[in-house]
Order: sequence, then structure tokens, then C-alpha cells
Amino acid sequence: MKVLLRNPKREIDVDGRHTVNSLLAHLDLPRESHLVICNGTLVPGDAPLAATDTVEIRPVISGGC
Amino acid sequence: MVAAGSKCRTCRGPAIIDLPRHNANFCAEHFLELCRRQVAKAIDKFEMLTPDDRILVAVSGGKDSLAVWDLLIELGYQADGLYIGLGIGEYSDVSGEYAKAFAAERALHLITIDLRDEYGFDIPTAAKATRRVPCSACGTSKRHLFDKAALEGGYTALVTGHNLDDEAAVLFGNTLRWDVEYLARQLPVLPARDGFPKKVKPLIRLTEREMAAWCIVRGIDYLVDECPMALGNKHLAYKAALNAIEQESPGSKASFYLNFLDNMAPLLAGAGASGVEGLHPCPSCGAPTTGDLCAFCRVAEKSRAHEPVPVELVLSKGRGRR
Ligand code: SF4
Ligand SMILES: [Zn+2]
Ligand SMILES: [Zn+2]
Repeated sequence: MKVLLRNPKREIDVDGRHTVNSLLAHLDLPRESHLVICNGTLVPGDAPLAATDTVEIRPVISGGC
Repeated sequence: MVAAGSKCRTCRGPAIIDLPRHNANFCAEHFLELCRRQVAKAIDKFEMLTPDDRILVAVSGGKDSLAVWDLLIELGYQADGLYIGLGIGEYSDVSGEYAKAFAAERALHLITIDLRDEYGFDIPTAAKATRRVPCSACGTSKRHLFDKAALEGGYTALVTGHNLDDEAAVLFGNTLRWDVEYLARQLPVLPARDGFPKKVKPLIRLTEREMAAWCIVRGIDYLVDECPMALGNKHLAYKAALNAIEQESPGSKASFYLNFLDNMAPLLAGAGASGVEGLHPCPSCGAPTTGDLCAFCRVAEKSRAHEPVPVELVLSKGRGRR
């Protein structure tokens, strides 16, 4: 599955079947500081992701100014 | 594959987001409703705004400032925006585009000020000229220009997009130092006083994750990339620490900050210096100050005398806000 990451913008390949939560855990990304967008829509933690899906993991933390 | 099927707490339709701190999932419609309700609750509880307030929103082009502007308009308030071009390389160019596009698409009024065009300096140059971290000169400049624009435009309230994570992180830092004066002043509403408009933070009951989700669901394009000068600052480290706790114990951030406001802030009332004694108009710009020149005019004077510094030159040096 192709996964788009931000800051900096880059794309990675992830093998295997994942839900949103298992993908975040696999990449060691905290759930509280990320959202996952699948095929253009926000999806909750237990949503399954298919190999053909377009997945973006978006960090939500700002510098706070 | 069939959707695993977490369901909206309100309508049992398919959920788009899980909110562990509410131990619930929500569909798009009911997630937006929850956000509106949280903002209305904050405004109501802290008497932040009235329907007659003329509101100026400090807009950066990021998720929080665009979301708070959007939410206030949805809740029926009249609100204009103010964007300040800080001259932080590509970050500033792109953030300005997002702010302008948001306002144009919704026919909202956005005031823009460019620091270099109008005051002859930018933030990277100010950082170099003042030999302080960039966020110091930046914060001073933004505060000054927001106050000034609010007063000149006859606005009665200045709104910022600080969210629960921002406030919890600042509280965490202030608590680590037991900085009683800062703690006493860490309130979501600072009332208007001579020369300063009322300052309000309507997003204090919503997390950054919820604000990013608000923008995604509402189709608001915002700048996802961070200000390059925020990288590696303490504020971000505090946020990461709080999120590690939140992950283990959902709701911790909200109880840390909101219970501070309920239980602790009243005990600290009066411990913060009021800052009104000895105020007089700055001889150069007229803003209230206790010093000779005001903080902004001091930064401006030093920075204008310095040759322009590109953002890349400042990045390798000291970073971040305190
Ligand atoms: S991170 Fe610092 S330099 Fe960047 S916009 Fe915020 S206050 Fe200014
Ligand atoms: Zn619903
Ligand atoms: Zn001045």
C-alpha cells in the first residue's frame, strides 16, 4: 500500500494488511497527533485499508504560535 | 473488504473519526455538531463574545486560525481576518495564499499587512538583529500589529486559534517552572484595557486533531507544513509528552487544562502583575508601554538597521519559543 507522509512530503510503501490504528502503530506514529485520510475521506481507527487505497497520514501538531 | 463498522454515537451511521477522549466515534455531520457545541460552550462559559462584538481573527493560514474563523461565522458572529506577512521564506508565501483563498471563497474580509513592505524588516532579519530566537521577535511583532489593527479598525475582540493542545502545552511549561505570574495570566479571555482589545481563545475545548479534522471535513485547504522556525522547540516537546499521556489515558489533556481553569485559576487570581502601572504611550508609535520605546519599535529599529537575512541563515541557529 502506498502511504503519503507529510513534513516533509514523501511516499512510502507498506506491506501487509492494516487498519488505520495498526498502520499508525506499525509506523510508530501516535494516534493523538495524526489523522488518516483514505481515498479523500477521513477514516476512524478501526477502518481497514486495502492495498489499492490512496492513504495519507497527516500530522496535526503545530508549533503553537 | 467490508468496513469494520465503527458507528456514529449519535446516528449509528458510519463513523469518520474516533475520539477516544469522548469514548465515541462520529460521522461527519455529528462530528461538526460536536465541534460547534464545544466552541459555543467555551464562549458561553467564559463570556468570551457577544453577538454585537466586532471580531478580528488572527489568521496564519494554518488549520486552527482558519477553523476558528469558519466556526465563528457558522455560529453567526461577524468576523474579519488579519494576516501578517512575516517574511519567513516560502512558508510565509504559501501560508498567505491559503489565508487569501479561504477568505475569497467565502467572501470574508481579510486585512493583510506585510512586515517588510510596511515596516522595513522581516522575522529572519529581526532574529539575527536582536540575537534572540525567531519566535521572540515574531511574537512581539504579531502582538503589536494585531492590537494596532484591532484598535484602528474599531474591533472589540481579537480572536486567536489557540486550541486545547496549545494551552495544555503552555500550562505544562509554566507548571514545570511553577511560574506563578504566567500561570495566573493563562486565561482564555483577557479583558479589554487601555490600548488593548479583548483577547479571546474560543478553541480551548477542542484538540489539534479535532481542528485538523474540522478542516478536512469542511473542505478547508490549509498549510499542513510547519513554520520552519518552530522545529525542535520546547513547546513541541511538551505537546509530545502530553500526547503520550493522552494515549494511555484519554481525556488527560482536557482535564489538565480545563480543570486548571476551574479549580486553580481562581486561586491564582491577582497573582499576575496587572501590567497597567506605569504605562505611557510609546514615543514612536503611541502603543502603551512601560519602557522608553515599546518592544515592537525596539525590534523594528534594530532590524531595519540590519541588512536583510534569508530564512535559511537563521534556521541552523537557536530555535523555537521558550
Ligand atoms: S513558529 Fe515562531 S517564527 Fe514561526 S510563525 Fe510561530 S512565532 Fe513566528
Ligand atoms: Zn452521525
Ligand atoms: Zn512603539
